[in-house]
Amino acid sequence: MAERRNGMEMVAEKAIELLIRICGISAIVFVFGIFFFVFREGAPALAKIDLGEFLTGGKWIPTSHQPRYGVGALIVGTLSVTAVAMAIAVPFGLGAAVFVSEFCGRRTRETLKIVIELLAAIPSVVWGFIGLSVMSPLLIHGFHVPVGVNLFNGAILLALMSVPIMVSIGEDALKAVPDSYREAALALGATRWQTVWRVLVPAARNGLLAAVLLGVGRAIGETMAVLMATGHSIRIPETLFDPVCTLTATIAAELGETSKGSTHYQVLFLIGVLLFSITFVVNLAADLVVKGIRKR
Amino acid sequence: MFTATPQVRRKARTEAAARTFFALMAAAMVVPLLAIVGYVVYRGWPVLSWTFLTTNPTHGGTQGGIWSALVGTIYVVFLSLAISAPIGVLAAVYLNEYAKDTWFTRVVNLAVVNLAGVPSIVHGLFGVGAFVYFLNVNGGKKSILAAALTLAVMTLPVIVASTKEALASVPVAFREACWNVGATRWQTIRRIVLPNSISGILTGVILQVSRTAGETAPVMLTGVTTWKMIEQTGLFLYHPITDQCMALSMHLYYIQTQASGAPKALPFAIAAVLIGAVLVVNAASIAVRVALRSRRKW
Repeated sequence: MAERRNGMEMVAEKAIELLIRICGISAIVFVFGIFFFVFREGAPALAKIDLGEFLTGGKWIPTSHQPRYGVGALIVGTLSVTAVAMAIAVPFGLGAAVFVSEFCGRRTRETLKIVIELLAAIPSVVWGFIGLSVMSPLLIHGFHVPVGVNLFNGAILLALMSVPIMVSIGEDALKAVPDSYREAALALGATRWQTVWRVLVPAARNGLLAAVLLGVGRAIGETMAVLMATGHSIRIPETLFDPVCTLTATIAAELGETSKGSTHYQVLFLIGVLLFSITFVVNLAADLVVKGIRKR
Repeated sequence: MFTATPQVRRKARTEAAARTFFALMAAAMVVPLLAIVGYVVYRGWPVLSWTFLTTNPTHGGTQGGIWSALVGTIYVVFLSLAISAPIGVLAAVYLNEYAKDTWFTRVVNLAVVNLAGVPSIVHGLFGVGAFVYFLNVNGGKKSILAAALTLAVMTLPVIVASTKEALASVPVAFREACWNVGATRWQTIRRIVLPNSISGILTGVILQVSRTAGETAPVMLTGVTTWKMIEQTGLFLYHPITDQCMALSMHLYYIQTQASGAPKALPFAIAAVLIGAVLVVNAASIAVRVALRSRRKW
């Protein structure tokens, strides 16, 4: 049949197939491209600084005469903000996912989904601005702390920012549990709460875990909100209301002031490589967990 | 006759408590959102006006309107989507319609998933390394083109993912019917698959408009400047796309954290415009979805 088509058509068909194939392959090219170009700019620093000190050193003094490039405090900053944010976001995000998927009517669900979509779409710089101009005075008055831009402020913003992704992925996971499970629970006389707690949550365990992991990935990578709301002070936080500094915020704040090829510039790219690797692992884990569900 | 035993009553109480508890969890997201949006608009209201939108900022951005920043955002957003939308849609067509389930396809899929999770600031660094310095778009300086390319790479995986989902929702029977009457793969895609999935594809692309419009970290490293004096008005403020531009998101950051002497209401007004833009774009995507879904034939 194909032989009977005229030549031009066949050529056009092949050309389009080739174009589509190239576009598909471009995705891989970009992933390697990102790693390659970020690493290319950062790699020369590896010869100038000690990798052990870079990863664990607590001193980040890039602009002095004897610069020190230890990102230990920044890693602690990123982890502490993310951890506090997740402590807030995980119960609320998964709770809201359960509500949307199991407890509410169709109309409420559609409305909530639109609100969640909107929550997800608010730009991070607007969240950062809200942290500075709304949350900060609230925290100062509410908790009687001297500085309103701190770990807790940033964590609340990150929680609000990562809840939408948890709700939508978590809801998908609950929806993926076959209805026969719900019917079986109902037939045994279980209430809806019992069904959720004893049947659905265990059955959707992996999907819920993936939802949390994607939320974590989002929180680690967030830049503008934490740059504006955490106080950007490089030290290891001791209380919930200490200002901190994160890996992302340091790159955003300092890259503009460095010159290409300086050690400071290269080290900031190394931080980028570090961030890329962390989020790569987190996302890969989430992807594998989701794949695990599909297989069952 | 059914009588409630203590056990049944206890179950009913737990049920009601659980329901209320989860409803409160959901409300805990909706209430702050509405409160924040309401407060930002309320504080920005005195400054917001048509003139505010359409006049250029003056005095280092602390006076006047936001026109040149708005135009800069429009430039970057549309240029980036003009690049990423066609590539993303075609890549999704490849993954969903052509690719067989081989290790190679799995690697591409994995790459797409991971590309979506790369932090925006790392995309910014990539943009600096690849477009500002390596491609040298503007002699080692920031440019609109570099920013747009960076955002294009950033939005690509999301467009691929949403398009793939839209394509997958077209029943396989449609394709089979088309192949049976002798259509080639591409004819099937162009005449049957794409028209039937266009609402999902468009929704995905439109949602990226609001995402790119709000991005700050990647564009501030690759193409957006904090302040640029622009005299002329109109839509063509930035002539060569190798120029640097202002952008709304960056303008908000700059006014709030670095510029001094700006009226208190100004950043609230800029934030309100950004939130408003997001609202309009999301509403548009919902409208497209609803309008095109009613044309569905299955």
